[in-house]
Amino acid sequence: MKSFLKMTWMEAKLFLREPMSAFFTLVFPLIYLFMYGMISGNEPTPMYGGRGTIDAAIPSLTAVIIGITGLMSTTMTMATYREKGILRRLGTTPVSPLIVLAAQVVVVFAMTTLGMLLLIAAGKLVYQVRFEGNFFSVLGGFVLSSLSFFGIGFILAGTLPTVRTAWVVAMVLLYPMMFLSGAFFSLKLLPAAIQKVSAFMPLTYVVNLLNGLWVGEPWSSHLLDVGVLAGMLLLGILITAKVFRWE
Amino acid sequence: MNPIVQVQGLRKTYGATVAVDEVSFDVKEGEIFGMVGPNGAGKTTTIECLEGLRKPDAGTLRVLGVDPQRESHILRERTGMQLQQSNLPDRMRVWEALDLYSSFYPKTADWKELLVQLGLEEKRNSPFAKLSGGQKQRLFIALALLPDPQLVFLDELTTGLDPQARHVIWDLVRDVRSKGKTVLLTTHFMEEAEQLCDRVAILDHGKIVALDTPAELIRSLGAEERIVFSVEGTLPSGFEKALSGGARVEVRGGQVTVRGKNGRKVPLVSEVVSLLTGQGIQFRDLRTEQPTLEDVFLSLTGRALRE
Repeated sequence: MKSFLKMTWMEAKLFLREPMSAFFTLVFPLIYLFMYGMISGNEPTPMYGGRGTIDAAIPSLTAVIIGITGLMSTTMTMATYREKGILRRLGTTPVSPLIVLAAQVVVVFAMTTLGMLLLIAAGKLVYQVRFEGNFFSVLGGFVLSSLSFFGIGFILAGTLPTVRTAWVVAMVLLYPMMFLSGAFFSLKLLPAAIQKVSAFMPLTYVVNLLNGLWVGEPWSSHLLDVGVLAGMLLLGILITAKVFRWE
Repeated sequence: MNPIVQVQGLRKTYGATVAVDEVSFDVKEGEIFGMVGPNGAGKTTTIECLEGLRKPDAGTLRVLGVDPQRESHILRERTGMQLQQSNLPDRMRVWEALDLYSSFYPKTADWKELLVQLGLEEKRNSPFAKLSGGQKQRLFIALALLPDPQLVFLDELTTGLDPQARHVIWDLVRDVRSKGKTVLLTTHFMEEAEQLCDRVAILDHGKIVALDTPAELIRSLGAEERIVFSVEGTLPSGFEKALSGGARVEVRGGQVTVRGKNGRKVPLVSEVVSLLTGQGIQFRDLRTEQPTLEDVFLSLTGRALRE
């Protein structure tokens, strides 16, 4: 337990010392929020079913954070730890691999949560954002989405040979996903062909689930999203358990 | 004394390459035991099999009385390991690394004392990436000493360090032994093995070609002693004949090298000097060169060991 707490605290410090990860998780989504605010304000529009742009943007930008922490932070940290022999050194101590992975998950999850809380705080203070969902439902959807995306990160870090390839693959997955999942702008604005492509983007299911729960839709209308994300999570756990090695 | 490490017929292959071929040796408690040889001789493979990091194809291994493969958790708790290729996160500070790693062991040495002992006190707040090569290695020694282990593995400890940093590390390793710990190290510097180790196994192509104390290895070679000096003008032609015991003379430019068997009745150096003074030959910069482990390696393998 002591090593788990120390490890978690250490990983949290390292996360915040890494300017890239701290920026993309905590600052970058806020910049987007304020850009939306300056362009459209938060007046109710028919496009968002009578809600404002910012109301709709918060769950969507939360999905973006999940994509970034899952694909960028988790992948890069674990791939770097493996390639540089940091895991190798840990492997010579009695510490369990489970502790190393758990500390990583806890920290990335905490940072993702912090990113979302900053969005909500800014939305509340600056744009009087409306929230019509159930707090616990949104929390549940958020936890499921985050963990299933960390799973992708662990899979990439565990299966790709070098940090460089892991980085390239993560970026190739992340960028189209951010634009074609409805995270940055509504899918309704895109041609039907592209809407079909978005069905293959895991982030689409995060965007749908979080947006739905945020406005108070029941879980029963998001069974597909939950199914896809739970499947990804399961796959992530299975593959990570299989491929995790200290080197 | 009981052997703390026992190796019987260790064999490890990677595909068609035989990395370690029928290696056997014991390490006694309290000694610094070195495995020396060129890159690819099988040193690291051997040490990693002993650490439980690699699975041998054949052979019986006992480290602290246990099988390193089956009871690797015991070794992880009770030995210190410094690996050839390992790192810490760039932004982790020195004290944080020691503090974190301390939490992994049930019983540890005081890391604050280790910090002072290893001369890292001033660097306690430096991030890992900002440390010099020597400081990084000292930190890895500190991490290896954290579990207060009976046995410490050091793999290529001083590779890439400048001579000064290397000497600092040697002193630290001697300190470790003086505290009653056993050290098993690998190196490809013959000088390091000679200076530091109580016993040395010379490895080449996965086999042990010699194993003894450095002094005994050198003596067993029956190697030559060399006397080197400079003369002004030329050496009289009868000089070589005037020396006893078949000593040979080689002249290159103004530099003369006299080679003769070790352990003669009259030391070669006094014979050379008295002959020079007797014949009134002006000479300068006379020195004697003793054979080293490097010469032992050369004579055993027919190859020079390059750094």
